[in-house]
Amino acid sequence: MGHAGDSPARRDLHAVDEDPGDRVGEELASPVEMRNRSVLVTGGSRGLGAALGAELARRGARVVLTARGGKALRRKVAEIRAAEGDAHGLVADQGDKASVYPVVGAATALVGPLDAMVLNASSLGPTPLRELSETECEDLARVLEVNLLGPFRLARAVVGSMVLRGRGLVVGISSNAAVEAYPAWGAYGVSKAALDHLLHTWSVELRDTGVLFLSVDPGEMDTAMHAEAMPDADRSALASASEVAVRIADLMESDRLASGVRLPASRLGSAA
Amino acid sequence: MSAALPPAVWPHASAAATRLLQIDPRSGGLRDRLANDLPEILRPGDLLVVNDVGTLPASLAGTTRRGPVEIRLAGPPEEDAGPRSLWPAVLFGAGSWRQRTEDRPAPPPLHRGDRVVFGRGGLSARVVSVSKRSERLVDLRFDREGAELWSTLYRLGRPVQYSHLCGPLDLWHVQTPYASRPWAVEMPSAGRALRPPLLRELRRRGVEVASLSHAAGLSSTGDADLDALLPLPEKTEVPGATVEAVARTKKARGRLVAVGTTVVRALEGRAALRPLRLGQSLTRLRIGPGHVLRVVDGLLTGLHAPGESHFELLQAFAPRGVLDSALRHAAAAGYLGHEFGDLVVILPTRATSRG
Repeated sequence: MGHAGDSPARRDLHAVDEDPGDRVGEELASPVEMRNRSVLVTGGSRGLGAALGAELARRGARVVLTARGGKALRRKVAEIRAAEGDAHGLVADQGDKASVYPVVGAATALVGPLDAMVLNASSLGPTPLRELSETECEDLARVLEVNLLGPFRLARAVVGSMVLRGRGLVVGISSNAAVEAYPAWGAYGVSKAALDHLLHTWSVELRDTGVLFLSVDPGEMDTAMHAEAMPDADRSALASASEVAVRIADLMESDRLASGVRLPASRLGSAA
Repeated sequence: MSAALPPAVWPHASAAATRLLQIDPRSGGLRDRLANDLPEILRPGDLLVVNDVGTLPASLAGTTRRGPVEIRLAGPPEEDAGPRSLWPAVLFGAGSWRQRTEDRPAPPPLHRGDRVVFGRGGLSARVVSVSKRSERLVDLRFDREGAELWSTLYRLGRPVQYSHLCGPLDLWHVQTPYASRPWAVEMPSAGRALRPPLLRELRRRGVEVASLSHAAGLSSTGDADLDALLPLPEKTEVPGATVEAVARTKKARGRLVAVGTTVVRALEGRAALRPLRLGQSLTRLRIGPGHVLRVVDGLLTGLHAPGESHFELLQAFAPRGVLDSALRHAAAAGYLGHEFGDLVVILPTRATSRG
């Protein structure tokens, strides 16, 4: 498990005169490099999550992707492995409380203690999107369950280990709808505003522990989710998920990360 | 630590409010404290070492052609969970955790090559070998690997638990606040109270906190012959940062306090290789009254009764008379025993191990 299952890239970091069994707990070349890091990405079978999983694996991270649908997830994992990336897929619903510890346990068994997690999975709620007065209470509750409580539970199950180890990075994928009020985006926007505030509060509570929290608004991207929300949008004007994934991965590797920050899409390209 | 000590029958809502009995092993002095008092009890320059493993849902209901069986995984595979990995396991007969293990019928005897099938969805395992020391102790090889195996184990497995509890545990009940790789089959429970705010407060006051990983195994099987073999050899991994923290603490004459008996075994076992160094190994060391501690000075642990292997280990930290009187005090003062119960810290006033 974990450390014993070193990838070839990981081995390259170490002196060759060491017994492989003794290669544990050493410091990596840079505190922010994704190489040899263990990263969990939720919502990893498509869109930004899949692109980010592939990008982090390309940079040498050991990646665990979660998603509800097993078929798309297996395909994504196979793609990353075909490109010699280290990736694993776990089928899980981020809105399901019972899935939290199984995901964290299986992920750490597969790639070792988690260095970073990207809370990317989220739900728009029923589409077409609708105004608040037309939103069922149960639908709002479900959106909060997936977009707020799910990330809270997952991060809560991992930050204790990060505090103990004195390092860790938790990235929440936010949206412009968290700061601007768009008609019909109420349920989603509320959930993302709450997620931003959750991570911000955590960053204050865990200041000086080495555990960093970050919200990132990736901007509008040409994904299946975007098409669901805005079926009539001009797709040619949208960024591709893989371009955005490169920028977020750059950000995760930046040595100028300030915990508790919310990065709007306009600053994503220049931040790192 | 005594039959008179009632067990905690369910996890505390607030682990930080857990009671803590402070024992001075030399004078026999006792103080009633709370887990939250630890930052005051320890001193700057002391080092707490915790076991950072997560707990697997290690109990699996299986069927065989010889009858139903409960499998309790006894630890993670020695190597990675690959296709050839061997999982040590203990067999239990019909029944459930609600019965005392010693009252359960013996499992059907399984032989090399026998197949065990778990749940729907068809996870199965082959018996690869049966221990010469007990026919209930086997090595299994699952028919899956990687993410598929781990997902299935988490879907089908239940936490190992015993009949003193009042209801079935969920997986989150058996994780310490800093749990990571799932190597334990029973929670290393002494660290339950060490939530992030308490860890931060300890560090703020100059107490170092370091970690290791030790695959805490089964504490009891209800079979006297098999229980006599416990703890089985357990996988230990000590990171370099912890080796450095131990060296620093020893040099400055700080006290090294193990959080849980698994940390004592892990550190004393690896220190026996001399000097303590980073890496992974199997710990076989059993610690009793005659053991001279090499690196560990103090111990934060649950309340353990005479007759348990943990009680034997406690006698490496304090004389039997001191432990007996601490037990009488704990019983009279209403302390609770077992994995969700109260805590003791056996803490010498000065560092005592040689380092």
